[in-house]
Amino acid sequence: MEAGAINATTEALDITDGTERLIFERSVPGRRTYRLPPCDVPERPLGVLLPEERLRTDALRLPEVSEPDVVRHFTRLSQLNFSVDTHCYPLGSCTMKYNPKLNDRIASWSRFAVVHPMQPASSVQGLLRLFWELEQLLCQITGMAAFTLQPAAGAQGELTGLKIIRAYHRLKRQTRSIILIPDSAHGTNPASAAISGFRVATLASGSDGLIDLAQLKAKLSHDVAALMLTNPNTLGLFEKDILTMTRLCHEHGVLVYLDGANMNALLGIAKPADFGIDLLQLNLHKTFSTPHGGGGPGAGPVGVTNALVEFLPAPRLRKVRTRFEWHDDVKHSIGRVHGFYGNVGVLVRAYVYIRTLGREGLERAGRAAIINANYLKACLAKTFPVPFDRYCMHEFVASLKSLKACGVTAWDVAKRLLDYGFYAPTVYFPLLVEEAFMIEPTETESKETLDALADALIHIAQEARTNPELVKHAPQRLEVNRLDEVKAAREPDLRWTPAKQLVGT
Amino acid sequence: MDYVPNTDEQLQQMLETVGVGSFEDLLVNIPTEIRHPSFELPGGLSEAEVLSLCESVASPNRSLREVTAFLGFGAYHHLIPTVVDALSSRGEWLTPYTPYQAEASQGTLQMIYEFQTLICELMQMDLANASLYDGASSLAEAAVLALRTSGRARLLVSEAVHPHYRQVVATYLSGFPCVIQEIPHTSGVTDLEALAASLKDDVAAVLMQQPNVFGCLEPMEQTSALAHRVGSLFVANVYPISLGLLQAPGAYGADIAVAEGRCLGSPLAYGGPGLGLFATTNELLRKMPGRLVGCTLDESGRRGFTLTLQTREQHIRREKATSNICTNEGWLALRAAIFLSLLGSQGLKELALLNIQKAHDLFERLRQVPFVQSMFDQPFFNEFVLRFADGRSVEEVNRKLLKAGIVGGLSLRPWYPQLADGSLWCVTEAISAQQMDRLLEALGRV
Repeated sequence: MEAGAINATTEALDITDGTERLIFERSVPGRRTYRLPPCDVPERPLGVLLPEERLRTDALRLPEVSEPDVVRHFTRLSQLNFSVDTHCYPLGSCTMKYNPKLNDRIASWSRFAVVHPMQPASSVQGLLRLFWELEQLLCQITGMAAFTLQPAAGAQGELTGLKIIRAYHRLKRQTRSIILIPDSAHGTNPASAAISGFRVATLASGSDGLIDLAQLKAKLSHDVAALMLTNPNTLGLFEKDILTMTRLCHEHGVLVYLDGANMNALLGIAKPADFGIDLLQLNLHKTFSTPHGGGGPGAGPVGVTNALVEFLPAPRLRKVRTRFEWHDDVKHSIGRVHGFYGNVGVLVRAYVYIRTLGREGLERAGRAAIINANYLKACLAKTFPVPFDRYCMHEFVASLKSLKACGVTAWDVAKRLLDYGFYAPTVYFPLLVEEAFMIEPTETESKETLDALADALIHIAQEARTNPELVKHAPQRLEVNRLDEVKAAREPDLRWTPAKQLVGT
Repeated sequence: MDYVPNTDEQLQQMLETVGVGSFEDLLVNIPTEIRHPSFELPGGLSEAEVLSLCESVASPNRSLREVTAFLGFGAYHHLIPTVVDALSSRGEWLTPYTPYQAEASQGTLQMIYEFQTLICELMQMDLANASLYDGASSLAEAAVLALRTSGRARLLVSEAVHPHYRQVVATYLSGFPCVIQEIPHTSGVTDLEALAASLKDDVAAVLMQQPNVFGCLEPMEQTSALAHRVGSLFVANVYPISLGLLQAPGAYGADIAVAEGRCLGSPLAYGGPGLGLFATTNELLRKMPGRLVGCTLDESGRRGFTLTLQTREQHIRREKATSNICTNEGWLALRAAIFLSLLGSQGLKELALLNIQKAHDLFERLRQVPFVQSMFDQPFFNEFVLRFADGRSVEEVNRKLLKAGIVGGLSLRPWYPQLADGSLWCVTEAISAQQMDRLLEALGRV
């Protein structure tokens, strides 16, 4: 009875402060509604089947809750999220475009979703055909010669690419230990290079925000394995000297890796192979609209030129007359990067997306993404100037340093923007822009939404001058206000335990 | 069909606001010779056309609702409660990204905190992260952690660890100055004498799997003790459903426990996406790969959740990060959290027991088939290895079974040539007694 009374009090708190108790705090001993099918074989005593010392002796402490409890809990939690389905989500570098429902529906079909990875190839010809066609489509879009669909996300694609670079140079009996990476690159680039056993040499950006050709020339040597670049770069700028850069690299035997995170800007506009890219990863969850899932799954297929095909991860798909089959016959393969064949659920969605849009749809998407970004940049030009100001591609990076005089930071503005019903752009990245505010609207936002976003930001800039405390203590209108991240890091509380007292109210 | 809301007129107006006459003016940085190449892509389709196209693509596939498959090998067909699909398909779960803005992502953050707790409870470990890609990459990340933390340069990996996982570990470590030594198996389990003989104080970690790739249970407690004796880390790759009844990694002293968590409420989907589980001890907190969610307070003293200890991660630490991972498998972590909450402690125990009962029943029935023998005499969970006598090959038997709509046990030949006559059979709660009857009938005709 007492436990019930405590629960009732907490329930009341849920209603007043909008937060949701933990699922463990809803637990009532013995409560359970979900039932498994009955055992339809003769049951044997467990002691006969397994030795006692292999069995668990502790009390497993999972929550004991009813199905209605679970539904209410996870529905309420979902309502505490901003998402693409509920809010404009202009998170730079992440391409948070609309995720078509059609793609989810098709990926959930049992002939795609309820299929075992070791089924004989004869019983999965449809899936293998889909992989085959998806590879061809990605080759057409990028100009590359072949793709592996194995990598599970962009960063695993980078790792795959770097292993290929290592294997390529090794085969040529060259020991090249350096990867050149611009200072504007995503953090995954240097991290992937390091985990692949390379040293990172940083290229400082020039005064125009682009790679400085003279510096690139100076750093090219026989110890450089590859240049790893993002194009358009993280400032949203296309590297205008790209043809010269890739030519220079190739003259030094240096491969050029493209972080394809920003491929949305190039859809229907340019093919990376045409500007000298040797290998790249695509982020299907960005450019090809698969849902980000609150942090994944993604997929990071890696495309290569003909010279690198023999290094791709095994197994590869092969077409024998009209049949598809897997084979391990890849001469210099770097090996596997995935437990099976890749994130199939994501691959199916991306295939559906590309087939739905087709050539003209992809071109229109790329064009609209670039126009949306430039339009929003123009609307904000007077309030938040862009340091490397020129026409951008799919995203741009504004500097909020003018607000520093009022004691307001980019972080504060991001938090205040949440109050206005917009998710925040990426902040403090790339590092070369002071108080960076990296905005990527994507093509699936309407002009009206962009106008409202611009109005909100202009309004917040005024608030920063007239009422800075309001901005510094934002958000005010959400279920929680500013969270103490320093406390979270200093006193790590990473799991609930039964002994734990309720923290806070 | 595309998803661009702005009309052509609006796009033109917007270009005017930008101050350019045409879209081409925005592309000034792109050399003209590479602009607008030809794309040989099919034309766009309407929704109805896409559905019909995809139906025809899907039609040659046979799902596990159409064939009965006795396949495991790291991918297990388990029932998925309706509620998991119903809740996880909500757009508020499916369409946000990594919760960088904590105040607008409390749902995802609290869910991950609950997920971390659930995984800790399941594994009996101190800490768990917000997920990695799949079981194989989790094992590889564990190996990387061990090498970097210990400064030692040798890894011992049992040959009874899933061969794909060993391949992924090898790929991840290909740039590292280290040696991966494989420890042979004997009678279906890791050869402990061989392991003990190889264990010196230059070994960073011992990597084992429970149940192992043959479905057999390993003596994890003994192995863990051997590893710790020379100061090496003990890494256990486990099968989450089995932990409803089997001893948890924390109980036998694992320093790192990893797993493929897809079996916790996510579909097989031909092997991906997976859900990499990674749990460890407090000592290794700051070496951990992947995202972590912590509990904290807001300015009004209310409980809230946020990403924390991000100085381990690539977006802050760049080349010095503990891992390069960014996007993980958040949506599958959600499904696992819903799944484990629905089942609860009792439900998970019952599920594990159901798998044990069914697998052992089929095992006993198959052993009574005249030409079928058991390969190993070891305790197992829901997977076991058979061999066929009378010169019947696995491939031949499977070809005949397939004609009856049954996918038989997986031939071990590609990975274990010395066990070429062995096949790996798996039974979960998703296989009914009638399906087992049909298998036995079909085998009778082979």
